[in-house]
Amino acid sequence: MTNSVEEIADTDALFVIGSNTTENHPIIGLRMKEAVRNGAKLIIADPRKIPLVKFAHLWLQQKPGTDATLINCIMHVILKEGLEDTKFIKERTEGITAFRKSLKSFTPAHGEKVTGVPKKDIIEAARIFASADKAGIYYTMGITQHSMGTNNVLALADLAMLTGNVGKESSGVNPLRGQNNVQGCCDMGCSPNVFPGYQKVTDEKVRSKFEEAWGRELPTEIGLAATEMTDAMIDGKLKGLYVMGENPILSEPNMNHALKAFKSLDFLIVQDLFLTETAELADVVLPAASFAEKEGTFTNTERRVQRVRKAIKSPGEAMDDLSIISHITLRMGYNPVLENLSALGYLVPDKMEADKYITTPEQAFLEAGLLWPEIRGMTYQRLRNGGLQWPCPSHSHSGTRFLFQDSFPVGKAKFVAIPGLPSKEVPDDDYPFILTTGRILFQYHTGTMTRRSKALEAVAPEPFIEINKSDAEKLGIVESALLTVTSRRGQIDVKAKIGDRVGPGVVFIPFHYKEAAANLLTNDALDPVCKIAEAKVCAVKIEKAA
Amino acid sequence: MSREIVVNVCMDTGGIASGSLEVMEAFEAEFARAGLTASVEKHCKLHRVGCFGFCARDVLVNITIDGECITYQYIKPDMVERLVEEHILEGNPVVEWQVDQEYEDFYRLQQRVVLANNSKIDPENIREYIDIDGYGAINKVLREMTPADVIECVKASELRGRGGAGFPTGLKWEICARHKDPMRYLICNADEGDPGAFMDRSVIEGNPHSLIEGMSIGAYAIGAHTGYVYIRAEYPLAVERLNKALQQARDNGFLGKGIHGSGFDFDIKVKLGAGAFVCGEETALIASIEGERGMPRAKPPYPADKGLWGKPTIINNVETWANLPPIINNGAEWYAAIGSENSKGTKVFALTGKIKNTGLIEVPMGISLRDIIFDIGGGIEGGKLMKAVQTGGPSGGCIPQAHLDMRVDYDNLVNVGSMMGSGGMVVLDESDCMVNISRFFLEFTQAESCGKCTPCRIGTKRLLEILTRITEGEGRKGDIELLLDLANDIKDTSLCGLGMSAPNPVLSTIRYFRHEYEAHILHKHCPAKVCRKLLTFFIREDLCTGCGVCLKSCPAGAVSGTKKNPHHIDTSVCIKCGACYDVCKFKAVLKE
Amino acid sequence: MITLTINGREISVSEGTTVFEAAKELEIEMPTLCYEPRLKPYGGCRLCIVEIEGIPKPVTACTTPATENMVVNTNSDYLYRLRRTIVELLLSDHPNDCMICTRAGDCTLQELAYFYKLRENRFKGETRKHDRIDENPFVKREMDKCILCGLCVRVCDEVQGVNAIDFVNRGFNSNISPPYEKDLDCEFCGQCVAICPTGALTGKVWAGEGRQKNVKHTETVCGYCGCGCNVTLHTVRDRVVRISSKRDSHNQGWLCAKGRFGYEFINKNDRLKTPLIRRKKGGELEPATWEEAFDLIVSRFNSIKKKYGPDALAGLASARCTNEENYAFQKFFRAVIGTNNIDHCARY
Repeated sequence: MTNSVEEIADTDALFVIGSNTTENHPIIGLRMKEAVRNGAKLIIADPRKIPLVKFAHLWLQQKPGTDATLINCIMHVILKEGLEDTKFIKERTEGITAFRKSLKSFTPAHGEKVTGVPKKDIIEAARIFASADKAGIYYTMGITQHSMGTNNVLALADLAMLTGNVGKESSGVNPLRGQNNVQGCCDMGCSPNVFPGYQKVTDEKVRSKFEEAWGRELPTEIGLAATEMTDAMIDGKLKGLYVMGENPILSEPNMNHALKAFKSLDFLIVQDLFLTETAELADVVLPAASFAEKEGTFTNTERRVQRVRKAIKSPGEAMDDLSIISHITLRMGYNPVLENLSALGYLVPDKMEADKYITTPEQAFLEAGLLWPEIRGMTYQRLRNGGLQWPCPSHSHSGTRFLFQDSFPVGKAKFVAIPGLPSKEVPDDDYPFILTTGRILFQYHTGTMTRRSKALEAVAPEPFIEINKSDAEKLGIVESALLTVTSRRGQIDVKAKIGDRVGPGVVFIPFHYKEAAANLLTNDALDPVCKIAEAKVCAVKIEKAA
Repeated sequence: MSREIVVNVCMDTGGIASGSLEVMEAFEAEFARAGLTASVEKHCKLHRVGCFGFCARDVLVNITIDGECITYQYIKPDMVERLVEEHILEGNPVVEWQVDQEYEDFYRLQQRVVLANNSKIDPENIREYIDIDGYGAINKVLREMTPADVIECVKASELRGRGGAGFPTGLKWEICARHKDPMRYLICNADEGDPGAFMDRSVIEGNPHSLIEGMSIGAYAIGAHTGYVYIRAEYPLAVERLNKALQQARDNGFLGKGIHGSGFDFDIKVKLGAGAFVCGEETALIASIEGERGMPRAKPPYPADKGLWGKPTIINNVETWANLPPIINNGAEWYAAIGSENSKGTKVFALTGKIKNTGLIEVPMGISLRDIIFDIGGGIEGGKLMKAVQTGGPSGGCIPQAHLDMRVDYDNLVNVGSMMGSGGMVVLDESDCMVNISRFFLEFTQAESCGKCTPCRIGTKRLLEILTRITEGEGRKGDIELLLDLANDIKDTSLCGLGMSAPNPVLSTIRYFRHEYEAHILHKHCPAKVCRKLLTFFIREDLCTGCGVCLKSCPAGAVSGTKKNPHHIDTSVCIKCGACYDVCKFKAVLKE
Repeated sequence: MITLTINGREISVSEGTTVFEAAKELEIEMPTLCYEPRLKPYGGCRLCIVEIEGIPKPVTACTTPATENMVVNTNSDYLYRLRRTIVELLLSDHPNDCMICTRAGDCTLQELAYFYKLRENRFKGETRKHDRIDENPFVKREMDKCILCGLCVRVCDEVQGVNAIDFVNRGFNSNISPPYEKDLDCEFCGQCVAICPTGALTGKVWAGEGRQKNVKHTETVCGYCGCGCNVTLHTVRDRVVRISSKRDSHNQGWLCAKGRFGYEFINKNDRLKTPLIRRKKGGELEPATWEEAFDLIVSRFNSIKKKYGPDALAGLASARCTNEENYAFQKFFRAVIGTNNIDHCARY
């Protein structure tokens, strides 16, 4: 998030697109409701009538996969009506002229045709958003999990720039991160193209800094993205995989394909709390510690680094992930203690002891801070109450609530013209419905944690498919009827939930349930830039189960 | 003067309950049959009007021929034929059906300001209100006065809120008018909830336009453009007439954009209450209009500062609003000349209880209780001795006979431990047990507590429990002190007026009738012979004829005896149901 | 700024500050059961009554805005007596079964009873009965312990925006209930449970678990979504028995159903307790020692790296692991294995 969660309450207009906030980020959802109570206008763009719609002033029910067109049309109206922030555009951006031209054809009428959102609503959304003093954009996977996900995000950035809603309080472009430490995981360089702190592996200067710090020569090429690994496994290029705390078999689109890939590996390590679907395929399964059993930090969606503390011992011989990695690292002939600790100013134990030495969380954190200046000002001591938001470059810095106050890292931000591309798979006569997927309030991800909670499981025990009343009527489907849902990649049986949460022609299945895994159906077509798969749109057909 | 015949039938809820609809129909039928206009060559008007006041004599009918008005009482449909025949057609009033001297006495000490036109105009016809100079005050206000002038005038009239607490109306308006928030609201509290009280209902049923005019004046004074009338749904006729009146006012440009051709916008919405007593409390009423459960909110902030939807709001009851047109028309001095030193104008009371003339009365402030009860009210029914008068509704207090010469106004009532309330007045006689009366009122208030604050919710329940046990002979030594402690603590800690005043019946009855409590607790004796569990039933042998009716009626088998010989009640078996007492024709069964 | 005097001490506060808040700044405490700084003023319990010069009756500090030159007294024998009566009234309609109540030792009503030394009760009388058992798996409602402070109703309305419960009935029979007195059917955020000052609302998940004795509290961060809510783990020995959240955290103490109630997985028996390895290709996963597992990993990694190069190996890090673990993991792949084949599930 460019801005902070707390600031949401003081926003004048909120544009929530592709985020079922109250179910997936309930506490951020509370701030949005608070904003509405404080008088803010809430615009929601979502193919589903999500619970937050109850609080919205305007709900735009776009067809899945048409987000960029919708956003472009809104910007078209803003420019046409002269509602843009000319001062901000002049001082902090470039490329407006070409950009203006690119929006010419995105009229509200065109928008209505492509997205299904009535013209007048597009115009109203534009007016509400552009005339608000402080307007914020909030999105999640509904924007990103598309073959043009990067474009969608850039279009939102354009919208924020056009209306001058970046670099000030209670505004911004705010992706709400779906998992407790997905922000931290990205920050820490768990991506094929960047080191910790988003420093490019292809940048020689950066690489040499890390080489010096780590004492090893480092690879120069960008590695494989998770979504690319699957193909590499099938192609035989990837032989060994080490999975830490993930269950990709269930979470990855086109599950049959993923299953085949994982089975073709020579060697698979899975490190987890439970024997997950992925762990069952592993050659080595390592018992890890839960968040209650270890020390460290998590970084939340607003860049807030917070302390995780150990409350209990792990069961049996289970070990925290850092210790496990340290052990393997040592055994692979690399002694992190000897090679780095002196650089950090630690007293280095003698050689004998160092051989058994496991990196402590605090040491690892400080080491990361040495290599990534934006968290250098953080120490465990400083994080003890409520944490700090990066950038926090020095020990006297109190963290950053919102980014880009005075400037962008690139100087002036550039408007990027975004085309209105269709999804990779659109409905046709054989597969007439659009399937979109997501989470529900009472379950989480692949259910490894929530499905082991009696209470949560009791209220959300089984998968379902949301289908519009009119479609159900046409197909002669009654509530709770078992349906067979088929895509070009797979087939599942799942119970019908009839209503008006999805529009006609659209169906929704939560992806938590292995007994009817939505990802058997989803499309693994990738976004060319960030390699995300198109889990939010694919074509399916629906029949009553035999 | 035009030659005309006017027949006015009281058609408020009370009149209708007594059969005025049928009387009206009978008149219509008679008029049609007699071809009245043709036969008397006069313009005949058959009129429904509001409450005359003397409800005990319903159905009341006024027949006015060429300005000469005669009132008939206890009229039934079958009497109409003769009235038309003799009085209207032949010009000979039916003397034996006319009201008597007592009727005249009932009105003699009254002074009608708010109810003045109740028995004169058809409430469903705006023209009739206009014809008696209705909407003259608002026109004067809009054309000749600034809002500040209006407030000044209301202040000078010394009008105090008629809803109970008696806050100076003009001062309240001034606070609201000075508020920095330009968005203001105005509310009429027509949620009349005191059992037996129907002052507000009578005004709305009898003269709804006077309320609309009063509210319009207030709206102009404080700068509000939306008003609400919060009226209980149990008043269907009042609601119907109010809605008709509002529509007629809108049709005439008296409500809506630019009222009465001025530049001032004002309209009124009607909100129905669902019968919660507590919604008569202004903040609960506001919560209810907002769609919330009717629960009071803490004051301060007062509604004049932060009321409906958080905006400055003026809330007054029906009677207060209806006082405004006469004040504007006749001037503040005229109004301030009526009444006592600190309470000006008139007050409407619903006079009920053990009194001969029950009904709706309007008297100048400062009139004595004695005048009200013995003059207007005609004294106690059945020649019994008066014991007390209870004013202020269920949470008012009981004023003993000793204070009969007290002048009725806001301050005096409070001084004797009661209050004005909205104007309920219940007269009690020697056959009323004061402990039981206090238990009765507590039963009502504790059930109507909204449940929000602890002292009212649980405290009043405990008061009731203690009172109940006293009336059932389970009273303990120390119960009076416990009642006093608890009652005072509830008064001092409750959130709203309901809880603050709910202990009043307990406190005032202990104050004036402590001996009755002591008799119950210490001697297990009910002096008024009301509390059944404390009574002993026995048969006086000298009066008993041995008819055996009591024996047959006794459900417990406590009565024994043989035919024609005096019977006997076994007190150890008697369940004190009183059946024998009720059935004995010879008054031989006694209770003690 | 407004200057007022409380108990003879002067204080300046900003406009809109209540007397309660002003007193708090002076560290003057008043008893209360319904005040909650995160919610709108209410004034239901009446315990924070104070005397203000010029106002004839005591008023609640929590609802009264401070005004210029206000003179407030929060403590007197008179106020003590009134407050004691209020608590006594509450206790007269309470089961007083602290011995078996989940909230014993953590209950505001119990604290007040202790403070006012209320053992006997002058107002013993009828009590409300509540013997229904709700089916929902999260919230245990024992409404006979409810003191009608309204906190649950208000939090559900003002914060959660769900309005699953409200007051029903009047007078002594006033109660808090879902519509038509049905079972609770809501988002089960448990905000009501957390805010309840008595044992009326408790979590079914922690029923019968540790109460106060031997319970350790650890401040940490929720393991579910990216909101990063601060949570307090209540643990007894090595078992998580409850999760709560402090109101001074950035999430203001609010949690969702998962964060508050979804912790059972930590204690589950099917947690992995030893490493498992597949001793022969196609065979079963069997328990192994850490040594065995590490040896196998090191030898297989080394042989793959030697045979196919470092890029034949890859790692998937975790959005659920800590920063430190992820840092070490990517460092391991980059510096030790020598590949940038490192990614995580941000895209799922």
